[in-house]
Amino acid sequence: MAELLQFLVSGVTVGAIYAAVALGFTLIYNATGVVNFAQGEFVVIGGLTAAALIGAGVPPLIAAPLAVLAGLVVGLLLYRLAIRPAGQAPLVSLIIITIGASIFLRGAMQMVFDKQIHRYDGFSGEAPIGFLGATILPQSLWIIGGSLVVFAFLAWFMGHTRAGRGIRATASNRLAAALVGINTRAAMNLSFALSAAIGALAGVLATPVTFTSYDVGVLVALKGFSATMLGGVGSAQGALAGGLLIGLIEALTAGYVSSDYKDAAAFVVILAVLFLRPQGLFGARMTERV
Amino acid sequence: MTSAKLGAGLSALALLAALPAAAEIRIGASLAVTGPAAFLGDPEAKTLEMLVEAVNAEGGVNGEPLKLVLYDDGGDPNKARTFATRLIEEDEVVAVIGGTSTGATMAMSPLFGEYEIPFISLAGAVVIIDPVQDYVFKTPHTDRMACEKIFADITGRGLTKVGMISGTGGFGKSMREQCLDVAEASGVEIVADETYGPNDADMTPQLTNIANTAGVEAVVNPGFGQGPAVVTRNFAQLGLELPFYQSHGVASDSFIELAGPAAEGVRLPATPLLIPGQLADDDPQKQPVTDYIAAYEAKYGDTPSTFGGYAYDAFNIVIAAIESAGADDPAAIRDAIEATSGYAGVTGVYSFSPEDHLGLDLTAFRMLEIRDGGWAPVE
Repeated sequence: MAELLQFLVSGVTVGAIYAAVALGFTLIYNATGVVNFAQGEFVVIGGLTAAALIGAGVPPLIAAPLAVLAGLVVGLLLYRLAIRPAGQAPLVSLIIITIGASIFLRGAMQMVFDKQIHRYDGFSGEAPIGFLGATILPQSLWIIGGSLVVFAFLAWFMGHTRAGRGIRATASNRLAAALVGINTRAAMNLSFALSAAIGALAGVLATPVTFTSYDVGVLVALKGFSATMLGGVGSAQGALAGGLLIGLIEALTAGYVSSDYKDAAAFVVILAVLFLRPQGLFGARMTERV
Repeated sequence: MTSAKLGAGLSALALLAALPAAAEIRIGASLAVTGPAAFLGDPEAKTLEMLVEAVNAEGGVNGEPLKLVLYDDGGDPNKARTFATRLIEEDEVVAVIGGTSTGATMAMSPLFGEYEIPFISLAGAVVIIDPVQDYVFKTPHTDRMACEKIFADITGRGLTKVGMISGTGGFGKSMREQCLDVAEASGVEIVADETYGPNDADMTPQLTNIANTAGVEAVVNPGFGQGPAVVTRNFAQLGLELPFYQSHGVASDSFIELAGPAAEGVRLPATPLLIPGQLADDDPQKQPVTDYIAAYEAKYGDTPSTFGGYAYDAFNIVIAAIESAGADDPAAIRDAIEATSGYAGVTGVYSFSPEDHLGLDLTAFRMLEIRDGGWAPVE
């Protein structure tokens, strides 16, 4: 029993990290249809900035918002300097631009920070909390809480605010949105800024548990992207559910079957789901009019 | 222009071109200064540059200045092979140091026998020198030796049943196989064998399974990078009390930093580079270790790593060989390297032979324990 509980705790912790990364994908996708391959780098920028600031003696509660802000600024710059100049380039070109941006950001982080692995102490200390024979780190609770808050924010923002509806309108038809008076450029700016900020927040929260270094972005993004696909691209519920599901599958496979197969098990489930429901668990079925 | 004049001009040109090559000794290196193995290759490159500068400041080798031709292969075997060819054919080096990773080393190593240029690798795996190739040497201990050292310490504590949790990256995978291979001969039994991905955030399920395995008496974690630090933290999180061993792959102060208080009591095999102040005065490695640390700190303001130490030893072995054999004939340099005996470096005391191109035994590893956030030798 304690065993199962420990596996579940581990799965939820890891799943919440995947979910936090996955949530970052949704906004840019919603606004532009672009899967942003530089999303993992935002996570790393958040983690490394927080680590550098905390290392320099800044209290975590000030360092964390600053790190999120740094991510937000980089997100804006990515849009201004790389995506917007591409103009009406086809989607595939934009996606390739984000791949280029991720390589550039990795190089830049290597110069700005260093090549070492970094971490800092959890926000609520390091003493594990024990219950019913299982243990959980206080920082895991921060990560789970952070994912839920971001999820709630996104659900509210996309569904119930003018800006959020503007982003959705821009996504579905940029020309039509502009014609009805939506500032599509502002919507795009906003989506890149918020996506990057969410990514950076994920990095800030996860670094005490996962550690970070300039080159982990690709792997981080890969798991986050898997979660996004499983849940349904562009859906906040999907990102949350997909992340937690992958985390739980991995932990339970590692616990009850074999740790050799945990990644394989997660990907088999993703494949099976996508085979039966190509739009993902929560994805809206798209009908394209020709 | 008559053909005689042309001929004279050409030979003058040839002479000019040949002059600088005759005036300096060239040593080549291909290291992963950037890329995923940069934290290995970067200190290696810095060490070589520092040593070349120091040798030249003292008048060079046998009165001739030394030139280092260094290429950054980024850990990519294809690039490494290209650079090795360029070093041999265009730069005309007399010896090559490098291959930060086993992959890069193995891609390069056939070239050296073909062109008869001596080569000292800085990579870990045993396949580099087993079977022995005439022109290929290496300075780092093998992961097989690390397993033997760890198992010897475990049996020395009267324990035999070992649980392993290994990273699936190149280092962890290779060491896991070597450990499984030597376990029986070392008198231990592997009762649990778990793995984790290099970027995993939580290994409590694997550790829970190891802890629940009947009879497990010690845990060994072959791995590299951040994984072992996460495992160590999870180990403490679950409150496990078993003797816990890490590998030489994480033998650096940054491991203690990353793993924090959870690292207390963890043992690992490492080079004396981590404990300069605790070496006995008659320890043959005390002098090179303190020299290297002082020089590196003076130049870079940073403590050197185990990996830089591999480069330090490789360089000094090559230079000693050139001093005794001269710089004209790479084959003579090779013979002099193979004849190296009792060279005390920072990694260990090297004695090469035609059958052994690593030249280290288990005494090169010191078993260390992390106590009060620092290293303490276990005796």
